[in-house]
Amino acid sequence: MNKNYTEIIKQNAVKPRYLRNSIVAFVTGGLVGIVGQGLSDLYRYVFNLDKNNANSLMTVTLIIITAITTGLGIYDSYGQFAGAGAFIPVTGFANSMTSAALESRSEGVTLGIAANMFKLAGSVIVFGVVSAFVLGTIRYLFFH
Amino acid sequence: MERATYIFDRVYLKGTGTSVGPLEKQGPLGAYFDRDYENNYCGEKNWEAAERRLLSDAIILAVVNSGFKMDEVELIIAGDLINQNVISNYAMRDFDTPFLGMYGACSTSMQTLLTGSMFINSGMFNNIVVASSSHNSTAERQFRYPTEYGGQKPPTMTFTVTGAGAALISSKPSSIKITAATIGRVIDAKQKNPNDMGSAMAPAASDTLIRHFRDLNITPDYYDMIVTGDLSKIGSQVLLDIMNYENYSIDKLHHDCGKMIYSEDQKVFAGGSGCACCAVVTYGYIKHLLETDQIKRALVVATGALLNPMMTLQKETIPCIAHAVAFEKCEVKS
Repeated sequence: MNKNYTEIIKQNAVKPRYLRNSIVAFVTGGLVGIVGQGLSDLYRYVFNLDKNNANSLMTVTLIIITAITTGLGIYDSYGQFAGAGAFIPVTGFANSMTSAALESRSEGVTLGIAANMFKLAGSVIVFGVVSAFVLGTIRYLFFH
Repeated sequence: MERATYIFDRVYLKGTGTSVGPLEKQGPLGAYFDRDYENNYCGEKNWEAAERRLLSDAIILAVVNSGFKMDEVELIIAGDLINQNVISNYAMRDFDTPFLGMYGACSTSMQTLLTGSMFINSGMFNNIVVASSSHNSTAERQFRYPTEYGGQKPPTMTFTVTGAGAALISSKPSSIKITAATIGRVIDAKQKNPNDMGSAMAPAASDTLIRHFRDLNITPDYYDMIVTGDLSKIGSQVLLDIMNYENYSIDKLHHDCGKMIYSEDQKVFAGGSGCACCAVVTYGYIKHLLETDQIKRALVVATGALLNPMMTLQKETIPCIAHAVAFEKCEVKS
């Protein structure tokens, strides 16, 4: 193939809208944080749960909202708009599991839904556990 | 350069069948498709079954629209995007006709058509149905992410067309003649981004186009319309630039099925793609243009990115191919 073609491809390349994407991700991701804090405060001060339980229940609430909106076909449109703002918070993790589960249900419960549920989220868990182990070890050895 | 273009003298397009999903029906070419479904399940219980339904529809419609009976068809050549060509292979359980499955990614529509045309021109066959299908959700789950996954898609990404197109080609004359075909070569433009297949495929399209013009000793304006399969917005511009660079300007003649099938306000990123994209546009719209004398000659170049996700993860570049078939309006001799 002619080498100049590569140059032509480069000239026509479309750059991602970094600035727009960063601002939208900051605002939408931040909003998820605010909603989470609101929920946590609600559970803590209105329903009188302790801090740990309130935070767990807040996470569960966000996960349920994401799972339902994923099932209704809303979350992927929101994800397209929000980008990292939808992808980074716990809602993104929930969406990756729910969408994979939904997609695999035609292959049965065990080898379909259960086996594929962590297809996307699995790597997050692996690196989460590995980095927790490494940081936990460092903390134990040097800051204990 | 070796010859890659073959001229036919006895191959005719008798009739076509197209079946599409809701988004394609709502698009600007919606009126030219024979059948459509209100949702992407097409009355079936999963996406793969839905795509089989679309493919079977298209084949039956092509036969019926040609005024033929199924048992007059001697061979079906079909292909799709899904692993092991399962859509075509499984759909063929319902047909008693001999069958050949083919894979050429999104170039399958013209790959099956040119193969069928050669079989007919050889004199061994008289009536062949060629078909190809794709479904947004079957392709999405195999090549990319689950359909409801919320990851942000870049503007260079294409949107797989849900639908199927089929054509009955015959040695019996009709108003549209298939005059020539150029078999593509695998061209690797050293592109690695699976979310920008248009840019990767454009050099393959230009290679086939240039070989077609050289082999037949014609200039692009021999055709009233030169249609590429699914280069989409970005790939189309790359193709035009390459063709200008090679002194075969097609700026005024070029159209792309991926750009034609959806309107600007439909959220499909850079445009449509998939085996069905070129198939339904060619067998629905281009055929209509020829039949109604709006154009006399059309060259359709279906482009295919021959990748799979495993190869992408192994950091391989994307090999691409393009096959061209020429259509010509002719007077029916009785």
